[in-house]
Amino acid sequence: MTIELEQHIDPKLYSILEKVSDPEIPVLSIMDMGVVRSAQMVNDVAEITITPTYSGCPAMDVIGDDIVKAFMQENIKAKVSLVLSPAWTTDWITPRGRKALEEYGIAAPLEEEADKEALLGNKKIVKCPQCQSTNTKMISQFGSTACKALFQCDDCLEPFDYFKCLK
Amino acid sequence: MKKEKLIQYIYGIADNALMLGQRLSELCGHGPNLETDIACTNIALDLLGQTRSYYQYAAQLTGENVTEDDIAFLRTERQYKNVLLVEQPNNHFGYVITRQFLYDVFHLLLLQELQNSADLTLSAIAKKAIKEVSYHQRFSSDWIKRLGNGTEVSRQKVQEAVNDLWKFTDELFQLTEDDKSVIELGAGVDVSLLKEKYYQIVNDVLEEATLSVPELKWFRKGGKDGIHSEHMGYLLSDLQYMQRTYPNMKW
Repeated sequence: MTIELEQHIDPKLYSILEKVSDPEIPVLSIMDMGVVRSAQMVNDVAEITITPTYSGCPAMDVIGDDIVKAFMQENIKAKVSLVLSPAWTTDWITPRGRKALEEYGIAAPLEEEADKEALLGNKKIVKCPQCQSTNTKMISQFGSTACKALFQCDDCLEPFDYFKCLK
Repeated sequence: MKKEKLIQYIYGIADNALMLGQRLSELCGHGPNLETDIACTNIALDLLGQTRSYYQYAAQLTGENVTEDDIAFLRTERQYKNVLLVEQPNNHFGYVITRQFLYDVFHLLLLQELQNSADLTLSAIAKKAIKEVSYHQRFSSDWIKRLGNGTEVSRQKVQEAVNDLWKFTDELFQLTEDDKSVIELGAGVDVSLLKEKYYQIVNDVLEEATLSVPELKWFRKGGKDGIHSEHMGYLLSDLQYMQRTYPNMKW
């Protein structure tokens, strides 16, 4: 396992990588998700390293396959490997990614301290992505995937996913 | 020799995650309600993901074309080094939560130390896992309090589970010979030093849950040396069934 401390993306590969989206959240590209750690052309092969959002995230295998497919369409051979360090954090979701999440109906992660307050039920601060009200409550700490918690809005009554802060 | 000890050390940590993950996976579709069913299986997914990272590393160290699947599915009972606590069955929801809680508290303390390991791969896996296990501990502690402060029945059941599972907690802090060698290398965690803090955290939550802390003088152990409880055989037959029936399947 190699350890990459910084993100190294060859700008020429950016546009291809941007076409690959998270299979669980199709509106979010893997670039906006922040899971791509490096992308370099080495001897005509695009070497891509990605990092999992959660250790057991089943989307990682699919993302790997999708990257290879996206490069194949450009007639480039790609090799994808997984790195664990540094560990992914929700801070790597780009502002555009956060906006895409909200539009898709998933509340974007709050800052660490605020997140704790929200998940412990101390403060009503998670904003409903449907009606923007913060009169919301947590239904369950684990939602449809490990990275989300299930919330409900007490104003419009819609249930929604909240992307948990991971630091 | 050093390598073999490190591999055994990795098994010691990873097998705990695998067995607990397997037990939680059994709840898939059988949880008491949809939310807890999903939560327990999400925790299982985290644990299995962590297990894979450890086993991939162990496989890489072993060489000889050994894969993570071989390690997960093709060892015999005595070759698994998990503690007895994690292999205990899902008797009822209160039992599941108590087992989870008693392991989560230890797991987080372990990872907080393992992230400083001189072994960079183990350190990387630990740093990743800490984030996940913090959520696990929050979930299980929360439920201990809810059940303890809940109805008469929920309180009685969770107290019985605590009383029953308590005898497995001391094993968490035992050191094997392999542990000692890996600790000397600066790669392992001296779990015996975590004991005091562990019981302090556990006792605080139990107190908040209005549950009593068992006073036990006698504890069970053996899992770390591969001597498991009677439940392990059944668990393994379920876990290994596919790989044994259809050899060479990939995870």
